[in-house]
Amino acid sequence: MARIVAGIGSSHVPAIGAAIDNGKTEEPYWKRVFSGFVRSQEWMRELKPDVAIIVYNDHASAFSVEMIPTFALGCAAEFPPADEGWGPRPVPVVQGHPALASHIAQSVILDEFDLTICNKMEVDHGMTVPMNLLFGKVDKNAHWPCPVVPLAVNVVMYPPPTGHRCFMLGRALKKAVESYPEDLKVVIFGTGGLSHQISGPRAGLINSKWDKSFLDNLSKDPQKLVKIPHIDYMREAGAEGIEMVMWLIMRGALDDKVDEVYRFYTVPASNTAVGHIILANKPRGAAKKPAAKSKPKSKRPAVKHKRAAARAKVDRIRG
Amino acid sequence: MARKQHDYDDIPGTFVFDAERSRQGFGINMFCMSLMKDDNRTAFKANEAEYLKKFNLSPEQTDAVLKRDYNRMLELGGNIYFTAKLGATDGHSFQHLAAVMTGASQQDYAAMMLGGGRSVEGNRSRSGKNAPSKFIAAAAAKKAAAAKPKAKAGKAKSKPKSKSTKRK
Repeated sequence: MARIVAGIGSSHVPAIGAAIDNGKTEEPYWKRVFSGFVRSQEWMRELKPDVAIIVYNDHASAFSVEMIPTFALGCAAEFPPADEGWGPRPVPVVQGHPALASHIAQSVILDEFDLTICNKMEVDHGMTVPMNLLFGKVDKNAHWPCPVVPLAVNVVMYPPPTGHRCFMLGRALKKAVESYPEDLKVVIFGTGGLSHQISGPRAGLINSKWDKSFLDNLSKDPQKLVKIPHIDYMREAGAEGIEMVMWLIMRGALDDKVDEVYRFYTVPASNTAVGHIILANKPRGAAKKPAAKSKPKSKRPAVKHKRAAARAKVDRIRG
Repeated sequence: MARKQHDYDDIPGTFVFDAERSRQGFGINMFCMSLMKDDNRTAFKANEAEYLKKFNLSPEQTDAVLKRDYNRMLELGGNIYFTAKLGATDGHSFQHLAAVMTGASQQDYAAMMLGGGRSVEGNRSRSGKNAPSKFIAAAAAKKAAAAKPKAKAGKAKSKPKSKSTKRK
């Protein structure tokens, strides 16, 4: 059975990508930002995930104003980096995981989340910057360490999906992954944010108090975040800070109780507050306290088929 | 047709790109999108007014683009991720655009960001809704409440007893 083992929250500021691409990571301004991801990269190298689901938003690259899907799942075999006006970023083509992606599509749509399916899609800095931050710099002709299932969320045109909707989609993703028969270690990224406004006379807004409270609750009490109305995000965290709802998809895909492995926060990167968090699910078995409850079930005749076993396990988790 | 008022129109210095602006600004945004191709950038620079005719802009929108009035473009339906492509075509960094929209010099704007950014205090509302979101306030109050009993626990010697009873 596939399983989501950890969730990663990370900003996706385009200037971070430019700093990597132009070799500026050692400059004091940027070193402050990149130093916050050194331990995360070590953690990721050790974890060696088989697949990453990356929740991100497109910035007028793959989607213009002609089509604005609220949730778009990438089911292609590969996703080339988009030309964002300065030529594509010099990063490898992102490999997809079409089998897992189409399984997720089927499961999640039948769970009443009406995804748009993308069988051809380019990806921009919204996805490749967090990949660089967690996987390090990867030569254009090399490969990213694992395939990716992209989930693009509309946060450009108001209204984006609500925080609650995002969290529930995360729940559905978790269920979908756990019903995939192959043993896969999956991580999920929520990207964007934290507080920032890059448009209009109020541009430059940063609200560290809000950001810290968001990270605290994300870790310990996500149900509080689920209730935040859009107006509060926009007033407090900036018109573009509303993209923080994408982190709630990541959080919804994790268990209720998680371990906070790591956190980093700095202001600014260009116009934005940079936030980063790693939340890990507790190892299965250790997390489930009512071990006594599951014991009688284990006395049942062993299930022979992987799929049936996966289904049984999902039922157990639901119960 | 007059724009319908929304709760978010109360946020100062902010033009929220909603469905109405998305419809109104379709031409501006598609024009900006076209600037992702080098040939189009060259054609636009050769004759800006002529190039813009392809996109059915209103006279106000055309004027805003030609004058590089970025706030007006947002007000008339442009979206920042799109108008940024016009800025890039002009050879400007994003921070330059941000500074222009705020009416500050790029140097002052950069200094503000290094100093922690623009404060939210006094920038939440046009109509005086300046109380922080209850979603922050609640967390702060809880922290304060959590801190108090700790201080008491240090003084009250009976506390450990009650803890051990709980364990039983």
